[in-house]
Amino acid sequence: MNAPRLSRREFNAALGGIVLSFSLAPKLLNGQAPAQLPGSLHTNRSLDAWLRINADGSVTVFTGKVELGQGIVTALAQIAAEELDVPLASVTMISGDTGRTPNEGQTAGSQSVEQSGTALRMAGAEVRAMLVELAAAKLGVAANTLKVADGVIAAPDGRKVSYGELAATVDLKREATAKAPPKPPAQHRIVGKSVPRIDIPGKMTGAAAFVQDVRLPGMLHGRIVRPPRYGAKLDSVDEARVKAMPGVVAVVRDGSFLGVVARREEQAINARLVLIETARWSGGPALPDPANLYDQLMALRSETRVISEKDAPVPADAKVLEATYRRPYQAHAAIAPSCALAEFKDGKLTVWTHSQGVYPLRATMARALGMQPRDIRCIHAEGAGCYGHNGADDVAFDVALLARAVQGRPVRLQWMRDDEFKWEPYGAAMTMKVKGAVSGGRVVDWAFDVWSQSHNLRPGDPDGINLLGSWYLADAKKPGPARHAAQPNGAGDRNAITRYDFPRQRTTHHLIMEQPVRTSAMRTLGAYANVFAIESFMDELAAAAGIDPVAFRLAHVKDERERAVIEAVAKAANWKPGESYQRSDGRGNASNVLRGRGIGYARYKTVATYNAVIAEVEVNPRTGVVKVPRIWAAADAGQIINPDGLINQIEGGVVQSMSWTLMEQVRFDRNGILSEDWWNYPILTMPDVPKVETVLLNRPNERSLGAGEASQGPTAAAIANAFAAATGRRIRELPLTPERVRAALGSPLTGATSKPARYPSIDAGTDVVK
Amino acid sequence: MGINLKVNGVTRSIDAEPDTPLLYVLRNDLELNGAKYGCGMTQCGACTVLVNGAVRRSCVTPVGSIEGNDVTTLEGLGTLDKPHPLQQAFIDEQAAQCGYCASGMIMTAADLLIRNPQPREAEIKAALADNLCRCGTHNRIIRAVLRAVKQNVKVSL
Repeated sequence: MNAPRLSRREFNAALGGIVLSFSLAPKLLNGQAPAQLPGSLHTNRSLDAWLRINADGSVTVFTGKVELGQGIVTALAQIAAEELDVPLASVTMISGDTGRTPNEGQTAGSQSVEQSGTALRMAGAEVRAMLVELAAAKLGVAANTLKVADGVIAAPDGRKVSYGELAATVDLKREATAKAPPKPPAQHRIVGKSVPRIDIPGKMTGAAAFVQDVRLPGMLHGRIVRPPRYGAKLDSVDEARVKAMPGVVAVVRDGSFLGVVARREEQAINARLVLIETARWSGGPALPDPANLYDQLMALRSETRVISEKDAPVPADAKVLEATYRRPYQAHAAIAPSCALAEFKDGKLTVWTHSQGVYPLRATMARALGMQPRDIRCIHAEGAGCYGHNGADDVAFDVALLARAVQGRPVRLQWMRDDEFKWEPYGAAMTMKVKGAVSGGRVVDWAFDVWSQSHNLRPGDPDGINLLGSWYLADAKKPGPARHAAQPNGAGDRNAITRYDFPRQRTTHHLIMEQPVRTSAMRTLGAYANVFAIESFMDELAAAAGIDPVAFRLAHVKDERERAVIEAVAKAANWKPGESYQRSDGRGNASNVLRGRGIGYARYKTVATYNAVIAEVEVNPRTGVVKVPRIWAAADAGQIINPDGLINQIEGGVVQSMSWTLMEQVRFDRNGILSEDWWNYPILTMPDVPKVETVLLNRPNERSLGAGEASQGPTAAAIANAFAAATGRRIRELPLTPERVRAALGSPLTGATSKPARYPSIDAGTDVVK
Repeated sequence: MGINLKVNGVTRSIDAEPDTPLLYVLRNDLELNGAKYGCGMTQCGACTVLVNGAVRRSCVTPVGSIEGNDVTTLEGLGTLDKPHPLQQAFIDEQAAQCGYCASGMIMTAADLLIRNPQPREAEIKAALADNLCRCGTHNRIIRAVLRAVKQNVKVSL
């Protein structure tokens, strides 16, 4: 199979400015809005924007979605090959290139299968039907007598026409109608199979797979220098000394933006060190005091919206509980710091980038640089997994500034480890306050308030320039404002509205309008913390009601699919109602390690993948160390495109979430960010990774649902609930560090030394109001 | 000037300062993609190569300090057309999400198999403890090494 790699020839072709054109945007016909088309077909309506049939019978597929390590390019190839009835090996994928592919905005929010996959399914079915019609005319038989297999159309009498023979006559420069019905799932041969990822063999053998591997002729190497803290101004720097260093081609200074370009990479790194040493900075606002971070954040200006409300009377005998949960700033912490290449030549700029959205990046870069979008081409090449908005876009803008200073020569800019850790936009610190009441084994009241900074300050904002480097130019640009996002997607309020069937509930989102610490989109946005809070509190309510946590959830779910994933995970884990094995080693032997299991459940965004998780934890009360030996997950992502790919996403989310939940928080003091490498931002490592068992519930007749962000929230809650089950104590502030665990277990343990409580007891941290 | 390095069995003369980290020589002078920049301070393992058959973090190894030594990168194990059985085990287990850490994982596993051809699972985890993976693909990576162990894959350089 042709892996969708960028070849040297393609880079050079790109430099030559070869740009294919096709109609992109829906046009207004007589002032009428165009007919609704499914998925991204609606905004990219020409069939040739998506598919090309080549003379050799191969197929080129164009998608605006990009590979982030989630396997999307393989899944989209499967969908296209399925509908076209061609072998998967004859499909070449072109993704994320403003010169060649459709504009599908950002690859984010677990929407690629729904948006791009739907477009390719409908376009594929339509192009196949067109090819069959052409073959019918050529062979002089009725179209409905023809059979298609592997790109060859056969008549009942045995005569055949191949797609390649029809390539010259099939006219795909026309608007899609979406009238050709796609295949019924029962006929799928490629979709639904664990097809191996097309990018993996190259990555395992050293092929050029990443933007870091792009090498352009005559390429120079850049490095940049950031201020010691947000907003500081560059007063002076010894440019002359740096310019005299070996290999240095240019020192680039524009206001407080500072960078260097050198012939060799190590020369650029050495020059950066001297720039750091000689730069003098001043100003920049102090960061919040980490000692009372959450109170300070809640005191900042915020916009409050009630996003869901339902009223009913509360029984007089209801038992009322309140609790506050917190999640710190957390980093994407990609394993590779961000990287990009750029070349300025004859007034045109070409950028190689691992941005999640090449079109929004282009539009914003054009505004920041005072250029026309048509004079900029952004070509996606993979980076390391990003898990949201990290430094990818920022490094692309930085390298454009460097390349502008050395016109005609391409520049590669690799951010250093501390550039990424200290300057990426983090996942926002959040506070969730929940108040609920139970009566007769049912939740009868529920009020959920979430405070959060923005989770979306990506490029593409109409009112601001969301590119880090631009804020430090002499002609400084301003970022866009924090914005509310409509439900059900939401942002800080993603998954804040519970899906449980409560007669009375109110959900309120307090969007903090300021950015004392830089934040933007990180995998799941607010859903990770909101699900952690909702599902922790469900366990607290279940305990107050004296009902098993699994049974309690099943009593409040609305639909059969929710029930099915919770039951599936309980079955996989062999969950026993009222189970408690606090002081055993799992085989009935006494142990000083406290053990327990907990469940977490959510339907991502309340409309995407259903995911339930059970975690088993071991808590060492002396050290405070929490270990998670096993995790079970059950997922319903609708129709499954690639089962192995889906398992990979669910399990990866489980493990990453476990790392967030037990270990991760960005450290800072009032003078700046302190998390600058893996020592002061540690993540989960191999010896501590749990066994993960995943059950998939396939729904071939249901819409495919995004799954890349489904398991993070449920995993956090399952671990926190398991901790409470094991210790009788609840920790409501993430992460569950040994210090926090020791503090929580400081007082004598309840129920554990003698006879384990049947259900986790409510400790003093929960205010029983009534 | 010129430093002689034997990389993947071929002796190459490198025109670089002796204190240049091996990583940049491999990536920029020899255009090898296997070793990756991740942190530049030995914390993550993405840049791992073998020097005389033992793991080395290429990001902090001055090229002048290993003149004349045998360097093996991911490319020295096998190729896309003919992967080494250890690489094939990673492909068979689909042991990647983004795959950026894969080269370091494979080279560290190769080092383990040279020293201990039949490691147990705990030994594999311990050997890979200093190689970071951010996508949560750890279990597949462990399964890939276990697959290679089960197949009696030999790593000899």
